Amino acid sequence: MPLVSPELCELVLAEALLTGGEFAEIYAEDRNNASAVLDDHRVEELSSGRSRGAGIRVVSAETTGFAHTADLSEAGLLAAARAASAVASSSRGASKGIALSGTVDLPEATPSVDRAKVVEMLQRVDEHARSQGSAITQSQVGVADGYRRFIVANSDGLLASDHQTRTRFNVTCIATGDTGMQTGYETIARTEGYEILSDEAVSAVAKEAARRALVKLDARPAPSGELAVVLAGGSGGILFHEACGHGLEADHIVKDTSVYAGKVGQRVASELVTLVDDGTVAGEWGHFAIDDEGMPAARNVLIENGILTDYMWDGLRARRAGRRSSGNGRRQSYQHLPMVRMTNTYLLAGNATAEEIIADTDYGVYVAKLGGGQVNTATGDFVFGTSEAYLIEHGRITAPLRDANLIGNGPEILQRIDAVANDFAMTPGTCGKDGQSVPVGCGQATLRLTGVTIGGTAS
Amino acid sequence: MSDLLNLAEQTLSLARSDEQAEVYVSRGTETEVRVYGGEVEHLVSASSSGVGIRVVLPTSDGFRTGFAWAGSLEAGVVAETFEAARQNAAFATPDPDGALPASDGHPRATMPPPSDSFARTPTERKIALAKALEAAVRSGDPRIRQVDSADYADGWGESAIASTAGIRAYDEDAGSFISVSAVAGEAEDTQTGSGYSVARSFDELDLEASAKDAIERSTRMLGARKIDSQTTTVVFDPRVTASLLAIISSALSGEAIVKGRSMFADRLGERVAVEGFSLVDDPTNPLAYGSSAVDGEGLACRPTTLMSDGVLSAFVFDTLSGRRASMPSTGSALRGYSSTPGPGCQAVSLLGGQLEPEAILATVGKGLYVHSISGVHSGVSTISGDFSVGAEGLVIRDGALAEPVREITVASTLQRMLLAITAIGNDLTYLPGMATGQTMAVAEIAISGN
Repeated sequence: MPLVSPELCELVLAEALLTGGEFAEIYAEDRNNASAVLDDHRVEELSSGRSRGAGIRVVSAETTGFAHTADLSEAGLLAAARAASAVASSSRGASKGIALSGTVDLPEATPSVDRAKVVEMLQRVDEHARSQGSAITQSQVGVADGYRRFIVANSDGLLASDHQTRTRFNVTCIATGDTGMQTGYETIARTEGYEILSDEAVSAVAKEAARRALVKLDARPAPSGELAVVLAGGSGGILFHEACGHGLEADHIVKDTSVYAGKVGQRVASELVTLVDDGTVAGEWGHFAIDDEGMPAARNVLIENGILTDYMWDGLRARRAGRRSSGNGRRQSYQHLPMVRMTNTYLLAGNATAEEIIADTDYGVYVAKLGGGQVNTATGDFVFGTSEAYLIEHGRITAPLRDANLIGNGPEILQRIDAVANDFAMTPGTCGKDGQSVPVGCGQATLRLTGVTIGGTAS
Repeated sequence: MSDLLNLAEQTLSLARSDEQAEVYVSRGTETEVRVYGGEVEHLVSASSSGVGIRVVLPTSDGFRTGFAWAGSLEAGVVAETFEAARQNAAFATPDPDGALPASDGHPRATMPPPSDSFARTPTERKIALAKALEAAVRSGDPRIRQVDSADYADGWGESAIASTAGIRAYDEDAGSFISVSAVAGEAEDTQTGSGYSVARSFDELDLEASAKDAIERSTRMLGARKIDSQTTTVVFDPRVTASLLAIISSALSGEAIVKGRSMFADRLGERVAVEGFSLVDDPTNPLAYGSSAVDGEGLACRPTTLMSDGVLSAFVFDTLSGRRASMPSTGSALRGYSSTPGPGCQAVSLLGGQLEPEAILATVGKGLYVHSISGVHSGVSTISGDFSVGAEGLVIRDGALAEPVREITVASTLQRMLLAITAIGNDLTYLPGMATGQTMAVAEIAISGN
């Protein structure tokens, strides 16, 4: 059974347009979340959550009205439609009939996970992590899965539905030594079910998290100043997500608050850079069949051989620009307005090998794993943090470094990519924008930046 | 008030005789207006509600806890949620400390009732305020090139907790904020700055101060450049100090302490900061925006002195982390309906700042004034204490603010920074979030630039 019948969607959309709005949309979803955390030797908490409701928006000229409700009855939805349409109340519209085309195909049952097996797995992984070294003093193992079914219908006649399962597993270890404590974190996150968590896969995550914490016990302070930086393949393509991804989102472009506004067709990066945002990559963390406005996921080339080819668009910005959405309209939940968001954003691989790039670097920093990042789209200045990094001396990876942020300017950094290898890999992440979080993927092969400012304390 | 607490209380009847249960219910409404180019970009009017239930099963080895939540207060959904929590409990590790919290008899502070001014103010006035804020920034300086957004938001919420351990609590809160983000430009140069105001009643929102802040912060950055790498004294503006205090406070959470995940574990009674550094968490201070009378477990909120004259004096605990540390709860449980309680600070302030901000600059003489930091999540660890963040601000020369600086990082360790504080300002400002802001000077910080 659909969450809201197509007939009721038609009724609600007609109600939403009564005050003169030009466009109305109903998005209804049902989410089931479950999580389990083993922390400090105990399975402290198994949690399950349910969230169900609808968000209704009405667009009238430059204004969007939005209301949401957990009440999916006819009365509840009509009340939300009236609240959302209040923004257009200055002009009195005529009653319009809405005829939806499309089908709703949603499974009834929620996938279930055997909790006893989950708990047993968490305990096994915790032991494995702790067995990696006597300096491992704490471990936390967490698993979470989310299942979401949604339908979206709008006054253009669109009716679409989709369902997604996401599974995330992570291990955080603390190692304690003479110089204090260090942390190591590793995760697997896929738009797939619990079957991704094979024994081999979860054991590898535990080993990696523990290794990362242990290695940093011997870390020295990171250098400061501008240095060459080699990012390992799959270390976290967050560089591109922050350095240019956000700046290529059409909401920043139409407001002229991005350094990339008005630059389509211009060179914005080294010719080694071909950047793609691609919601179609099956299984990746930012994957979906249709976006949260009902548009099919797409592979969009943003930068081709260094030339800016296009921005990312959601329905609202595309509508105003007289073009088609690029399938980048996403929202955190039914309680949030959709906006332009990335999906899986990656740099295409090059021809060099990682070994060649390292050997060719006389002095610099090798980043094996990146943490998070942040950008100011108007200035292009961005930061991203390391969570495992080493010094490169005379073409060899040497001493481990303590965590630090790197800072750069997007348009400048993109020109400074002088080598890209062939060892492409993706990593999952969570992207926050304007108070909303969505799952995204990032990908890149080993690459070198000729100069980035490293925020360490050593001179 | 009573119907929400009644709902929580009635739900307890679902508990079997061999179970403990705690029911947390909340609901709220919010209005959000964003203005762009003199028009309403969006208007959100929303109400939401939810329930979070802990079911605890006593066993011979301890207590098994299960949790479930739902974004609805419908009777059927609440009953399903109770059953889900019960099923989850069966799989948890028994914990000798895991019994549900009981009241500790600490008296509840009397707080002013939440303002009804948001409900009384028509939406048109809220829209007009956001429009006026945008207009004030656009017309406030010829170098303002764009106003990215001007927002108004208000919210009202209430929550109730009832448990089989005898907890009965109800709380209600309301607040609002305005914020504006400006883009200044001159020739090819573009810089940004934001301003905001938070208030517990509509008429206290300060449009002029917000607009002035956004204009000043963006325009004074025009011409900003990277400076040379150096080690120097950094003066943090109140907003940045508030972020630093929030980070430091998070390392004082009893959960981080008992799990060995804090740089302050095992350091109680030791000197961790300079003399004169006294840090207090006081959720009962009605001026703090994080204030409240009861915590997420229904215990009365109360002040806790975290550091006294540079000596680490206390951590904040909820019931569970307190039991593990053999300490009482400090009434510091934080939660929403979709999560179980965990300890944390709510309203942290530095006591005893004496100096005018100008006097601090004069004393420092030469250094860097930082008014914005970035990358806090990726560059600061309260476990190792490593601190490395992106920064923007102004050079301090001859005891006064000089040219603007961008694209640099400031780095040290949190441990060293606390021992290198050279001045604390008297300009205490209540800000959104968990900490107040004050000007603060810290010596020996590594700046990475050219």
